Amino acid sequence: MLSFLLRRLLLIVPMALLVVTLTWGLIRIAPGTFYDSEKKLPPAVEANIKKKYGLDKPWYYQYFIMLGNVTCRTMAEDETTLNGIQFNVGSARVKCFDFGDSLKYEGQSVNEIIRRHLPYSATIGIIAYILALIVGGSAGLFAALRQNSIYDYGSMALAMLGLSVPNFVLGPILVLIFALGLYMVPAARWGGILNLILPVITLSAIYAAYIARLTRAGMLEVMRSDYIRTARAKGLNETSVLLKHAIRGGIIPVVSFTGPALAALLAGTVVVERIFSIPGLGNIFIQSVLNRDEPLTLGIVAFLSVLVMLLNLIVDISYGFLDPRIRYE
Amino acid sequence: METNDNNLISLQDLQVHYRIGGGIFSEAKTVKAVDGVTLDIRKGETLGLVGESGCGKSTLGKAILRLTEPTGGKAFYNGKDLAHLPKSAMREQRKDLQMIFQDPYASLNPRMTVGQIIGEPIRTFGLANGGIDARVQELMETVGLSRRFIKRYPHEFSGGQRQRIGIARALAVDPRFIVADEPISALDVSIQAQIMNLLERLQAEKDLTYLFISHDLRAVRHLSDRVAVMYLGKIVELAPGKDIYAEPLMPYTKALISAVPVPDPEIEATRERIILKGDVPSPINPPAGCRFHTRCAYAIDACRTTVPQLAEIKPQHFAACIRINADNPNIHANHEAGLGALQQK
Amino acid sequence: MTNNGTILSVKDLKTYFQTEDGVVKAVDGISFELKKGETLGIVGESGSGKSVTNLSIMRLIPEPPGKIVGGDVVFDGIDVRSLSIDEVRKIRGKRIAMIFQDPMTSLNPFLKVSTQLMEVTQLHLGHDKTQAYEHGVKMLETVGIPDPRSRMDGYPHELSGGMRQRVMIAMALSCDPELLIADEPTTALDVTIQAQILELIKDLKARMGTSVILITHDLGVVAGMTEKIIVMYAGKVFEQAPTKELFSTPANPYTRGLLKSVPDPAHEQGKELYQIPGLPPDVAHLPPGCPFAERCDRVEDICRKEYPPFVQINEGHHSLCHFAKEVYEESRREKAAAA
Repeated sequence: MLSFLLRRLLLIVPMALLVVTLTWGLIRIAPGTFYDSEKKLPPAVEANIKKKYGLDKPWYYQYFIMLGNVTCRTMAEDETTLNGIQFNVGSARVKCFDFGDSLKYEGQSVNEIIRRHLPYSATIGIIAYILALIVGGSAGLFAALRQNSIYDYGSMALAMLGLSVPNFVLGPILVLIFALGLYMVPAARWGGILNLILPVITLSAIYAAYIARLTRAGMLEVMRSDYIRTARAKGLNETSVLLKHAIRGGIIPVVSFTGPALAALLAGTVVVERIFSIPGLGNIFIQSVLNRDEPLTLGIVAFLSVLVMLLNLIVDISYGFLDPRIRYE
Repeated sequence: METNDNNLISLQDLQVHYRIGGGIFSEAKTVKAVDGVTLDIRKGETLGLVGESGCGKSTLGKAILRLTEPTGGKAFYNGKDLAHLPKSAMREQRKDLQMIFQDPYASLNPRMTVGQIIGEPIRTFGLANGGIDARVQELMETVGLSRRFIKRYPHEFSGGQRQRIGIARALAVDPRFIVADEPISALDVSIQAQIMNLLERLQAEKDLTYLFISHDLRAVRHLSDRVAVMYLGKIVELAPGKDIYAEPLMPYTKALISAVPVPDPEIEATRERIILKGDVPSPINPPAGCRFHTRCAYAIDACRTTVPQLAEIKPQHFAACIRINADNPNIHANHEAGLGALQQK
Repeated sequence: MTNNGTILSVKDLKTYFQTEDGVVKAVDGISFELKKGETLGIVGESGSGKSVTNLSIMRLIPEPPGKIVGGDVVFDGIDVRSLSIDEVRKIRGKRIAMIFQDPMTSLNPFLKVSTQLMEVTQLHLGHDKTQAYEHGVKMLETVGIPDPRSRMDGYPHELSGGMRQRVMIAMALSCDPELLIADEPTTALDVTIQAQILELIKDLKARMGTSVILITHDLGVVAGMTEKIIVMYAGKVFEQAPTKELFSTPANPYTRGLLKSVPDPAHEQGKELYQIPGLPPDVAHLPPGCPFAERCDRVEDICRKEYPPFVQINEGHHSLCHFAKEVYEESRREKAAAA
């Protein structure tokens, strides 16, 4: 188990580097630069900018500078920053995970931007995640128990709807009805609890629908298995059969879905943040790409890829708690 | 042991060892699925191979055909060592060497019609003179399937019919040697007899040689000229079918035979059963010495340390036990007489 | 209806399944009586209805698509069909217990052996945790599992097939049931392990006085284990007789065919094996006559046209055949000639 954990954690390093490298390559291939504007810059100014940001150096040189910025590098004598992790190796100062300054938002570090905007996305994301789990899980469970009943058909039809209506349609519809029509909740912006309601519902709908379908399918599969017949033959009632014998096997497919789902929800979804004018990370991320704000894009990519991999690792470990047949070696 | 003209297949010390586990942090273990099997299969015979599950009998069958790679030893066919042939040369030999599988449900591609399944090997080896369909239909008739079924899919057939499809596929390339791996154990009783009769008829008609792998001693006894008994990767007894049933030498074989229930209440009521204790030990760490000593009623100290060799105890009757030899073939009598480990001659 | 010493009486039981292909009469009129301490064997091929019969007794048929459409099941004077499902649950696992074919899939892979063993006695005998645990250990000991305490805390996948079947048996016998239904308990196991398990069932039956229904496709298994046997084919009882009589003088061509098609080690090798030709019929589309007619070696015109009668041959010996008496006489002559 310990060696498994260690191996998986070590594996995150090359994977994240690969993701960062690919992203960097794509940014470089894409036309345009961060200093582009309507007017064409005089060549002398452009050369100055290039020099300042090291863009006059060969590409591999730039690449290694970038890698050093994203991971670890030694700090210059006069360099001061409070971001990332810093420590001394001999006389040299080393800093890690300091993604540098944004090119667009001058004077602001990438770390600071992520720190400032992540909480908005994470708050909505985590609430949406819990909501999706509760609603989707219980809907799927009941649908499986009353298979082929009105309830089953109804909830599965609803789930199908949830899957097929995109959130950029669902969001505005909810706003129209509940904010602009009934005046029950605010239409947008960050504020009190009431402001959270519509974005959370919009965000969680598709996940709830997916979890409902997975739960139902998983439970139905398990309810047909031999050991459930054994449990019934022992004289257990249906509630015990379900809660004691069936649920662990039934929710395994759901668990494998929830890891990546949580990562996606935490990182925020651009669409929902746009619709409800929430200053979340997703919004910033898209802006950074549009602005060719390379340090900011790479910083967010590095942060998110590590987050996704950590969550996947947690999912894999939780399999072991659910299914005793899984051993980590 | 030189290759003899009467032998179709000649195995010399054939091994299949798997390594499991073994990363940076964990120690690798070796599973000795087949651990040094020396065995001849004669032209035109049916050699039965019996043993409990996990004894390596299926692995041995697959290793001869290189469906599992042998890790040591030799397997001669036609003067060539199959175990060391390059892949391309092996592919040519495949035409002569076919396999019938246990589970007719799992071994047929559900998305192919019967015609495609049986026709595939014909096409692969370019054997069709005249249309492929004509050949396929002929094969279907041979195994007792109606020609009309040629366009149907495997799920439209019963278990017995699917096994017939599997047999037709194996026959399609006119093989000389067929490994039949538990071909009847997934079938109903009334269908088992049909498949056994079919296999016998085909053997006579097409001059086939079979390695018939089964845990069903009644079926093995019925079909086989000679029977090899396998335990934890090793052959422990080898004899003509009649002898092995009438006078088994090894305590393990005796227990196997006695475990098979007889469909006759009067015999069942009176006969004495040898019930083996416990399960087959794991092939990961097989017991030292004689591998059967943990379950053997006659085990003595020497059995825990000496690895018994297969020796001819009676004419054509081989056994691997240190407590019997040609002069004293009865282990029970030897045990009563207080004889310990005996010298082999 | 308290017959002297009768623990279970099944009368004209019918269980049908609604499928896309039509109504499948999985069990179509089976009747038998089981006395206390007796062992009954039910023999048949796959699809013959032998397992459905026993799931019907326990009311474990998945409904829909299945439904018990007729007949009586009387267990120790209780009409099982008229009970509420909660009342049936009080019988399941306590007074009637079951063990199933595949011990690999019949135990819950997610739960510890102890959890699965303990819940039975906690439910039916009102044991507290300690009592249930100790009882579980005792049961594992009874079924011959070495080092039962350490096994209690393990999971099923850590056990071999034979050991798992022992755990199943321990679980089934935890509440000392009056009737044990064993559905192909040894089919998935090796012969040597089969011999162990059969011996164990025989031994426990003798010690605890449990009545047993043993379902199998293997005539060899029932020969040494049972007092009487039912042979099923296509959802119907084809023959039922005391074990000795069934084996020595069968009165049904299907039974005779089954017996002859088993390779007998005493016979010479090389002789062609007797085979029943053809395939079992599609139970959703049975012909009007005898379901076995197409495969029978002594079929006559009447067999295809008329459904055969259930003929009584002797006390407790019945056969579903137009020519039951003739077949019986034939068997008797063969028996006499062999002796």
